[in-house]
Amino acid sequence: MAMTSEHDTPDNGHDEARRSFLKQSSVLTAMALVPGPLVQAASAELDEKVAAVFEKIPLKLEVNGVKHKVSVEPRTTLLDFLREDLHLTGTKKGCDYGQCGACTVHVDGQRVNSCLSFAVMHEGKKITTIEGLADGDKLHPMQEAFVKHDGFQCGYCTPGQIMSAVACIREGKADSEGEIREYMSGNICRCGAYSNIVAAIQEVKGGGQKV
Amino acid sequence: MNQFQYVRPTKQQAAIDAVAKDATATFIAGGTNLVDLMKRGVMTPQKLVDINRLPLTRIDADPGKLRIGALALNSTVADDKQVRARQPLLALALNAGASAQLRNMATVGGNMLQRTRCSYFYDTTMPCNKREPGTGCGALEGINRMHAIFGFSDKCIAVHPSDMSVALVALDAIVQVSGPKGNRSIPFAELHRLPGDMPQKDTTLEPGELITAVDVPDGPFTKHVHYQKVRERASYAFALLSVAAALDLDSNNNIKAARLAMGGVAHKPWRLTAAEQALVGKPATEESFRQAAAIAMQGAKAFKHNAYKLKLGPNTIIQALKTAASVA
Repeated sequence: MAMTSEHDTPDNGHDEARRSFLKQSSVLTAMALVPGPLVQAASAELDEKVAAVFEKIPLKLEVNGVKHKVSVEPRTTLLDFLREDLHLTGTKKGCDYGQCGACTVHVDGQRVNSCLSFAVMHEGKKITTIEGLADGDKLHPMQEAFVKHDGFQCGYCTPGQIMSAVACIREGKADSEGEIREYMSGNICRCGAYSNIVAAIQEVKGGGQKV
Repeated sequence: MNQFQYVRPTKQQAAIDAVAKDATATFIAGGTNLVDLMKRGVMTPQKLVDINRLPLTRIDADPGKLRIGALALNSTVADDKQVRARQPLLALALNAGASAQLRNMATVGGNMLQRTRCSYFYDTTMPCNKREPGTGCGALEGINRMHAIFGFSDKCIAVHPSDMSVALVALDAIVQVSGPKGNRSIPFAELHRLPGDMPQKDTTLEPGELITAVDVPDGPFTKHVHYQKVRERASYAFALLSVAAALDLDSNNNIKAARLAMGGVAHKPWRLTAAEQALVGKPATEESFRQAAAIAMQGAKAFKHNAYKLKLGPNTIIQALKTAASVA
């Protein structure tokens, strides 16, 4: 979990590119001192060992009502799995460190940051993304309310805002503007559409529709 | 991110064995801190032992105590009726932490085991004795606005960021642990450690030891409680400083018992026992609170950028106690 904003952002200056270059060049220097075929053989052997130890793991889960039986590398996040493997690119990668909320999806009905968990940890779970919210061509009431109230500008945070907003109402945490703002604080909107987002949520909540 | 092996045991002993027998293995529960640290290359476990299939999610309302399973989610605990009725301070502290999404992922055991940390710990280009023992502390002479004012060493001045843990230390919680050598109970105040010469060790847990539950004993602190968190925006930010306050008042508004702890000030949740004792028998007035706050701040020492905590500390203690006393 992510420092001033439940964030762990380094705030001291550094030169990562330079250090990375130095590391790489020292490896290259070391390799240049070893005969080529030996390096190749060692490298192939290492690849094989790595592959044997870190194989893909079978994974069964349901996304937006569709069952998937796949195999994934354990280090694949749920977010990358949804976007890169299933091509469900509605869920956005903002910060990728659990600080912005753009990657919010529902797992068994609960909103979570999909960037901070590994896909393999969701064996047997039901995932809902922004693509699974509408009923065919009929938008979900929260999607309609966001359109009506202009709950966005650039739109990048919007899928996460909407998934979070739906959960906020389901959790019973949308009874006042103050409560909505508190329980929506995990979703950052850099355009600053917060007033309109709150208005959209209040309308859906006030309308009493099932979300 | 580094590659790693992944196992998902369904038996507690198998999970403990997997970590006890492999120094490069670690448990993963909610993952909200660990995955973040792995993405940045700060932690590089070679094996993850996913404990989410272990039956440790129950919240048992036992006579005399609540036993909260280590895998109970932060959101579940915060909303639990028994928790809200019997330990409202814990619910307040939980809801002051992180975001709704993270509270849906983070577990009680994981929350207490999130790393004590600072921005230098996260920045792999900077020295950090916690990340790489012996490399030095970047924060001592660096940007130390968020850092400790109590209990630090010249090796590390980072703070533990958990809000939940501040409430649990105030409430005399007991951590139940299972490990290669059997089970044991750890008083919450002894779970986390001060940095000393080994800042790489945040807790007193041994390799392979798994937190299975936390017990919160019933007490008289069901009404006059408050968790005051001061941060740089209204929500979803780490505490610059926080105070958990609980009072037991008699009918004349005199203090029968008090609990007080601070967050954001030390390498571990910081219990203020001397200040608590000073409150007992005193009237619940601002003057009493001011005296207790002065006692609480004895021994505090600031660095270049966090001297504000020397004023913010007593002010927040007074405010938290005033609010707790006035809860109707």
